[in-house]
Amino acid sequence: MGARRTVIFENKPVIIGSYSIVGPKEGKGNFASYFDYIMKDDSFGEESYEKAEKKMIESAVAGAIKNAGIKTEDVSLLLSGDLLNQIISSSYAARNFDMGFLGLFGACSTMAEGLAVGSSIIDGGYLDNIVCATGSHFSTAERQFRFPLELGNQRPPTSQWTVTGAGACVLAQKGQGPRVTMATFGKVVDYAVNDVNDMGAAMAPAAMDTMMTHFRETERTPDDYDLIVTGDLGKLGSEILIDLMEMNGIKLGLNYNDCGQMYFTRNQNTLSGGSGCGCSATVLNSYIISKLRKGELQRVLFMPTGALMSTTASQQGETIPGVCHAIVLESDVKPKGGGVQSKDVKKSTTASKGRSKKGG
Amino acid sequence: MLRGNKMTEKERNQAYNKYVKAKIPKTRAWPSLFNSFIVGGVICCIGQGINDLILLGFPTMAEQTAWGYTLIALIFIASFLTGIGVYDKIGKFAGGGSIVPITGFSNSVTSPSLEFKHEGIIYGICVKMFTIAGPVIVVGVVSSVIVGIIYLFV
Repeated sequence: MGARRTVIFENKPVIIGSYSIVGPKEGKGNFASYFDYIMKDDSFGEESYEKAEKKMIESAVAGAIKNAGIKTEDVSLLLSGDLLNQIISSSYAARNFDMGFLGLFGACSTMAEGLAVGSSIIDGGYLDNIVCATGSHFSTAERQFRFPLELGNQRPPTSQWTVTGAGACVLAQKGQGPRVTMATFGKVVDYAVNDVNDMGAAMAPAAMDTMMTHFRETERTPDDYDLIVTGDLGKLGSEILIDLMEMNGIKLGLNYNDCGQMYFTRNQNTLSGGSGCGCSATVLNSYIISKLRKGELQRVLFMPTGALMSTTASQQGETIPGVCHAIVLESDVKPKGGGVQSKDVKKSTTASKGRSKKGG
Repeated sequence: MLRGNKMTEKERNQAYNKYVKAKIPKTRAWPSLFNSFIVGGVICCIGQGINDLILLGFPTMAEQTAWGYTLIALIFIASFLTGIGVYDKIGKFAGGGSIVPITGFSNSVTSPSLEFKHEGIIYGICVKMFTIAGPVIVVGVVSSVIVGIIYLFV
């Protein structure tokens, strides 16, 4: 057991604006009505998919700043990352913004990595406004990690569908919106899974480690949250996580779900579900933040997972390391029907929605 | 499993991989085999049909020459279907049925060429064209050399 990894933010940085942009397939998925913009075409008017991904991150950053009601000049720092080599989508997108830039690589966990780093800087009082962004594109990821798009091969049932989408949010010292109250930095965990078509199984142990660390260091249980959401473990990975947590004596109930698993409808043929940086980022910046804004969710544990693999390392026989960072988001709006204090909120929501699962 | 602190890391990893392997949903073999059989068979029938038509049109042509033209026709059709985005859909349904015939080889050369066209003709198309088909060609050449040497002595 190493040193403490959970940070409790005293000044509670606020998410004052968010923006999500997705591709046409994602626009027919389960979160369709929550997204800010649905592209009519995967190429987004660009000549290559890499350029489209860059443009998506650009529009997400610009959109989040606009939704926050501030000007680009007010933002000090952009924290962004993506899946491509040398995180080109983020760094090339950053050319267009007159602000500092820190490139992050946390694979699909980048959104939480950005929020954890950004919130720490804001909470320390060093900067006023920070934008956190990330995105992924199905076609660029397929090309880099798998096969050409037009190759007539079959995908194994454990494979996942990289989400075409980008999300961004603006963190600020003060303002209206959901607050970031805690962050648990994840450590790299490798249980020697080497099947690149089974990312869920490779990342689930990292999610378990971060979740156990978070609950131990904060002395909370799953019942303290209205929603516990992992990023892209997919159907298989989230089942594995539930099993792993149960072995450690913690039962995950109906308030646990996975963005990748929820993302697409059953007949969209995505096998184990969605994946990619864009998966958790677009769900957070659309559905989760809008529910927190309305007070329909009071406290959310957002913990996207990332598989830190490269094709070169995999071909050389390396196993897949996983990482998972956790962020606690709390609504600044009291739930409807009674001014319960935020500490008691969990009890009222669990009771009213008939959730009966108890923590271990 | 996975709980005991006495476990070494290696034992833990082995136990986890064993657990994951049992958890993975299995691909149902019979429906896949049936799809492969039907699509593969249809491709072969189309090939035979083209061959018969060529021989019907040019009765004086040697049969071996007609085979060559048939292969060219099949390669063209598969390449064309790849270009208009149909072959990957057939492949998704058929699995091995559309990979094993020569049309699958054509698809494996055309698809990376299309994918990497933005990187330019030399570094994109020419370099990446055989990323998937390359190993097949190497194995083909090596085995033909071996067979040739055996043939020399037999």
